[in-house]
Amino acid sequence: MEQTRDKVIIRLKDVDKSFDGERVVKRLDLGVEEGEFLTMLGPSGCGKTTTLRMIAGFEYPDSGQIFLEGADVESRKPNERDVNTVFQNYALFPHMNVFDNIAFGLVEKKVKKDEIRRRVEEMIKLVRLDGLEKRMPSQMSGGQKQRVAIARALVNRPKVLLLDEPLGALDLKLRKQMQVELKHLQKQLGITFIYVTHDQEEALTMSDRIAVMNRGNLEQVGTPEEIYNHPKTKFVADFIGESNIIEGYIEEMTQEAIEVTMESGKARIEETGYRLEEMVYLCVRPENLKLSLEPVEGFRFRGQVREHIFVGSINKTMVELPNGQMLKAETPAEDELVPVGTVVNVYWNPGKAVVMRTAEEQIYNVIERSVKIEGMTNDQIF
Amino acid sequence: MIKSFKKHLGTAGTVGPTVIWLAVFLMIPLIYVIGISFLTKNAYGGVDFTVTLSNYGSLFQSEYAKVFLDSLLLSLKTTVICLLAGYPFAYIIANAPRKWKPMLVLLLMLPFWTNSLIRTYGWNTLLRTEGIINHFLQRIGLIGQPLEMLYTDGAVLLGMVYALLPFTVLPIYTSIEKLDGSLLEAAGDLGAGRVHVFTRVILPLTMPGIFAGSIQTFIPSLGFFFISDMMGGAKTMYIGNLIKNQFLSARNWPLGAVLSIVLIIITLVLMRLYTKVGSLEDMA
Amino acid sequence: MKKQRRVREFRPGSVFYACLIYLFLYLPIFVVIAFSFNTSKMNIVFEGFTFEWYGKMFENRQLMQSFVNTVIVAGVSTVLSVIIGTLCALGLYKFEFKLKNVLSTSLYIPIVIPELVFAIALLIFFTSLNISMNMATLIISHVTFSMPFVVITVRARLAGFDRSIEEAARDLGANEFRTFMRVTLPMISPGVISGGMLALTMSLDDVVVSFFTAGPESTTLPLKILGMVRKGVSPDVNALSTLMIVGTIVILLTSTMIQGRLEQKM
Repeated sequence: MEQTRDKVIIRLKDVDKSFDGERVVKRLDLGVEEGEFLTMLGPSGCGKTTTLRMIAGFEYPDSGQIFLEGADVESRKPNERDVNTVFQNYALFPHMNVFDNIAFGLVEKKVKKDEIRRRVEEMIKLVRLDGLEKRMPSQMSGGQKQRVAIARALVNRPKVLLLDEPLGALDLKLRKQMQVELKHLQKQLGITFIYVTHDQEEALTMSDRIAVMNRGNLEQVGTPEEIYNHPKTKFVADFIGESNIIEGYIEEMTQEAIEVTMESGKARIEETGYRLEEMVYLCVRPENLKLSLEPVEGFRFRGQVREHIFVGSINKTMVELPNGQMLKAETPAEDELVPVGTVVNVYWNPGKAVVMRTAEEQIYNVIERSVKIEGMTNDQIF
Repeated sequence: MIKSFKKHLGTAGTVGPTVIWLAVFLMIPLIYVIGISFLTKNAYGGVDFTVTLSNYGSLFQSEYAKVFLDSLLLSLKTTVICLLAGYPFAYIIANAPRKWKPMLVLLLMLPFWTNSLIRTYGWNTLLRTEGIINHFLQRIGLIGQPLEMLYTDGAVLLGMVYALLPFTVLPIYTSIEKLDGSLLEAAGDLGAGRVHVFTRVILPLTMPGIFAGSIQTFIPSLGFFFISDMMGGAKTMYIGNLIKNQFLSARNWPLGAVLSIVLIIITLVLMRLYTKVGSLEDMA
Repeated sequence: MKKQRRVREFRPGSVFYACLIYLFLYLPIFVVIAFSFNTSKMNIVFEGFTFEWYGKMFENRQLMQSFVNTVIVAGVSTVLSVIIGTLCALGLYKFEFKLKNVLSTSLYIPIVIPELVFAIALLIFFTSLNISMNMATLIISHVTFSMPFVVITVRARLAGFDRSIEEAARDLGANEFRTFMRVTLPMISPGVISGGMLALTMSLDDVVVSFFTAGPESTTLPLKILGMVRKGVSPDVNALSTLMIVGTIVILLTSTMIQGRLEQKM
């Protein structure tokens, strides 16, 4: 995931921020590449908006640094940074019409009158607001206001555009439409977008890369495919898409596979790089979870079918494990259903389960890694 | 460091003038009043720096007690009349047809905007012995001798009610206006008759407005000496006039200060009661 | 249902009652206005229509002086109140500081305290400093009771607006001063106007505070009338009072309209 230096337009280094003694961003390290669409994804209060506001200059990090094109921006005020923001509730100037709203930044930069007119009109066309130049914000719909907010920021040709849940206030249909438009706009202009949202679907559809945050920590950075198919932590697996997460530990290990023992059974998984008796989480997406009346090679893992839920194109089947945990399996609607009450074998195809270390194991690994960096051996610590 | 310095500068630059203004022209003068109430008046109408409690003692003299009693009674009468007359009035305006309402509210605001003394002066013209009303009544032969209307206690009460009625109506109007129409419908739907809808829903919900209106009537009425000056006779002395006299004719500042403090205490007690039902913001 | 209720309340009885109250409120005002056009010197019967008194009032030096004083005091104290009060409201909105609550509560003291107490407090204060009453003491007193109204009105306006609008201006390249001039000030202007109008009304309406803090050279029109009432009032006073009533109403109606238009635009 390391980027080469010259391609990175924004770098956050060891950034820490607290409000009233509560740490909202914890030692954040993140590089944003030029021209990419990066989404910061996480539940509310995870620190994503604060991070965005620090890049914009509305908040200052308690410690750590933020670099814009390699230069530390600490001493620069929001108006001195080459980034622009699209705010959550648009923040249009209520006393100015569409044209004046969009022209605001250019007027501040003392751009010549006719050039302002030319650039604003160009923008109005780009976001398809033709004919609404004289409208006041109070006379516009949410979607229109959103376009004005985007145009107002983009007209300044910022190095980076920051978007703080810009579609949050729109209804579902309009949101879907704006997602596509925003993505096109970003491709067309080639401007770096940093997009904050708590909507995982939005993140998956729009982003080149996603940075998942939780409680001020960066959990994982990667492409949508990486994040979805190879979540690195339980949180990521849980937050993005639906997951069956089962706790277990490694009882046996061979050269090419591990055998994970769970409270309700056992499964063989072709993975390496773990230690014996290590605690792990298994994460299986519902669409990968399979049910069989016959025993399956490599699995000793059974449950009882409890319920079928029909949701259009698929069926969701709830299977209860002996310890009471419910697993969710999705099957195409046309497949035949196993009757409720049947005891079934639960399995998945090779490579469809993700093994994750539990939090304690992760901490252990971090210590181990830092020990290596410091050039010490385990013996010197323990 | 620089940031916090700038912040302090910003704070000082914005709220600073107000803080200084209120400290110098409000707090210190009020402290002066308290201070003077413990000093002794001298023969030349000034103040000697001899500390005494006797000014407070004079409150218990029957003549002053009577003034207080008369004043409180007048203010109470004023408030009650304003409430009784003002509530239905506010209710009617608040429920008036949409196209009439802005006009009616404006008509309610206009007397608010014109000087209360000039308005009261109009009454003085009307009520004089040789004034319009007497002249009119004599003309139509209803009375032989002109009625003594001006310079009576009744005239003072009329003047007070007149000057303060808009102050009572406005908060009540606001609180009725805020009432959610669906609540009334719900009450009606639940079988409450008109009287019950009023006593069990409307009245309790407009209580904050009633309290705010009462306080904005009661407190100023204690100090409106110019109304009793213009409308009242020499028979009854009210607290406002008494305080005024201590500073002008009688030159007994310590006593005037003590009387003022009593007014402050009455105000504080009323405000304390008020903040239990409404918020300070609604007073402005 | 709702409609039914409204129709029911606006019955003839209600109309009659409302008219009665309006009559009570307006009768004295009409009397003052009507008699300002009366040919008779006595305020008893309307004998004929004339503009005579509107000419005469300009010859009455003392009366004119008191009117001019009223206007000056109202104007100056309103401007001062608006400047100081708006600054204070902005500070209360923007900054966190110690004793902020004490300040917010203190602002209500001049509002709730009986004017009389406040007036004599200022009288004692000025006299003890050997300051004789003049226009300055009068203006200071008026600012003290009207400025809190400005703070409260502007603050209410500020409370209703989204902080990110100012941030958006900063984000688009405006420094703090430019942000204030281009965004903050235009947005709070309806609040500033209504605060200012309130201050103006308070000043024009005041009798009690002016009574104690005005010097012999700085009496206001209401004080002048108060002094004349017992002895009998000359009709030119009616004329001047009419002028003041009409003037106040015109100013306030205009400003209400401007304010309404500003607010509608937003």
